Amino acid sequence: MQAWQFSETAYPYLPPADSFPSIRVSLPNANYDPEKGAALWDRYLHEWQIAEEEGLEIMLNEHHQTATCVDPAAPLILAALARLTTRARLLILGNPIANRRQPVRVAEEMALVDILSRGRVEAGFVRGVPYEISPANSNPVRMNERFWEALDLIVKAWTSHDGPVSHEGRFFHHRNINIWPRQYQSPHPPIWVSTTSTGGARDVGQRGYIQATFLTGFDATRRIYASYRAGWRAAGFGQDVPNHRLAYAALVYVGQSEKEAHDGAEKLLWYVTANKVAPQYANPPGYVPVDANLAIMRGAEHPLSSFAKGASVEAAIRGGFLFAGTPDQVYHQIKRHYEYVGGYGHLLIMGQAGFLEHEETVAGIRNFSRHVYPRLKEEFPKSRISGVFGDVPPQPPEEHMLLSSSATKIDGPLISQLGAAR
Amino acid sequence: MQRSEIAIAGCSVEVHETGAGAPLLYLHPGGGFRPSDAFLNLLAPGRRLICPSHPGFGRSDLPDWIDSVDDIAHIYLELMDRLGLAKTDAIGSSIGGWILAEMATKTPERFGKLVFAGAVGVKTGPADRLDIPDIFVMNPADVPKLMFHDPAKFAFNPAAMSDEDLRIHLRNRETLALLVWEPYMHNPKLPKRLHRIASPALFLRGESDGLVNAAYQDAYAKLVSGAKTLTIPGAGHAPHLEQPQAFANAVRDFLA
Repeated sequence: MQAWQFSETAYPYLPPADSFPSIRVSLPNANYDPEKGAALWDRYLHEWQIAEEEGLEIMLNEHHQTATCVDPAAPLILAALARLTTRARLLILGNPIANRRQPVRVAEEMALVDILSRGRVEAGFVRGVPYEISPANSNPVRMNERFWEALDLIVKAWTSHDGPVSHEGRFFHHRNINIWPRQYQSPHPPIWVSTTSTGGARDVGQRGYIQATFLTGFDATRRIYASYRAGWRAAGFGQDVPNHRLAYAALVYVGQSEKEAHDGAEKLLWYVTANKVAPQYANPPGYVPVDANLAIMRGAEHPLSSFAKGASVEAAIRGGFLFAGTPDQVYHQIKRHYEYVGGYGHLLIMGQAGFLEHEETVAGIRNFSRHVYPRLKEEFPKSRISGVFGDVPPQPPEEHMLLSSSATKIDGPLISQLGAAR
Repeated sequence: MQRSEIAIAGCSVEVHETGAGAPLLYLHPGGGFRPSDAFLNLLAPGRRLICPSHPGFGRSDLPDWIDSVDDIAHIYLELMDRLGLAKTDAIGSSIGGWILAEMATKTPERFGKLVFAGAVGVKTGPADRLDIPDIFVMNPADVPKLMFHDPAKFAFNPAAMSDEDLRIHLRNRETLALLVWEPYMHNPKLPKRLHRIASPALFLRGESDGLVNAAYQDAYAKLVSGAKTLTIPGAGHAPHLEQPQAFANAVRDFLA
């Protein structure tokens, strides 16, 4: 198993949440202090360097017009990391290509960083969460169609080496595609796609790309992976799906003691609880299918949204969104999750959020990489195939739980803030 | 009303029709067409009233190639051929008014009198201010305040709607977003084409319309030679629903 250190690079120094309607899209940037922001960026880049020293890989993403993630141009930070690191794989997850007007430009950006890093780019692509629509002025209808056409065009740009080729598609037109430089890796960087729906996962499986899913817990993850494997097999890639085609993103905090772990984990929950989004940004028309909107109107709720209302460390661990505890507890929590969902080769560690300070973040990185990661690599090597289930219920047994958790009540509309609901 | 389906360019369009006599084409607003609306009976006694549901609205198809008001204008010009409408009077509400304007600039000779009710479709104000408030970034609860003079009478209650009606409502909204997203609620070229309209035209709006304001309507009407304007009191963006009698009277007086 490969583990990836990820932070959404938040700017958490905000006025009280009840003083603004939405942390996304409309929160005035007068609330952003450039001095504090610059210091935060020093810190976040340094934490990724420490993660590399500890043997972890690196993951970053982008969002727009939001304090939850002040990286609106992930390829720029990817380029900085290409020069600040020497060994780690650099996963951008991802490029919001349903909202980027020039897919060929995205191909160029990824190729350039691949050169700068001597082939360490892992190129991820996301449809983008609904609150990215307004910042991009992007039409929320037919995003999936735009996404796949854009990705196919990017692959075409990467894999054409004999002078200009053209593309006249449904959404994109480009007559003379001939990118310089070409990317370092051949045929191109590994491609990742995030999705949190079974339909999306099947599409990703059919293309054989690496599928990542965010905070989908036990049962949804199991269904999503099953759908990916069905797509993979239907496309004729073979019966066995290697576990390294699948990735799972969870909040992870490892402490030396239960108390230390609990305190760190509670701060990580900012990821979920600070995501106050006004309803018009959370669900623009066309972002989800009509039938899904019908279900919402009839009272259906996103599991993470229900969770966020009563977010607690214990509930998050039980839900499979959070792995937190002593090294032994976290190892067993991940093992249980792995076996229940059928196996994955990448753990995307949301290991820093909100007010989790530098020392705490570094302690979490070191505790994980030194005391949990070696066991995971040994137990779940790349050679394992996905789709093998342990005969286990979907929750860790009591001895692997943090029991000192206290429930913190959170109000407000909250839905999955990461990945791409498809 | 009689309901039928007519396939045009691979797109099945549902058409509601009633009455006999000189034809009157009604193009609905973004909320869709409901044959049960009271104003329809008041609008055109003694005339053949023809009400298509735009592609992607009601039970009309939305083929993947359709993504603009202009596409719909072309579909409807062919619909007029298929219905034998050599020349017709027409009413367009809101986005229906935009579709009608696009049609009338293409084939001005095929239109008699034209009524634009709370019509959108042009940009008349400065670049740093939206002509039409952005309904997609306001709290959904605030939209009815701009839509209606008396929003309480038109409270949206999904619990009282069947799954099928709710599905149509949601799909209408999705199609509206597809069509008007960018440029928002207008075609930048339309103002340079409206001079082609040769028909007598009436622009009317509800006095409390929070989406189409009076200055916008005046500027729009000035682009159509000889167009008149009218304001209906006690109504917002949907005068046909809030003041059906006054709306019908205004239309009938103009068409007479």
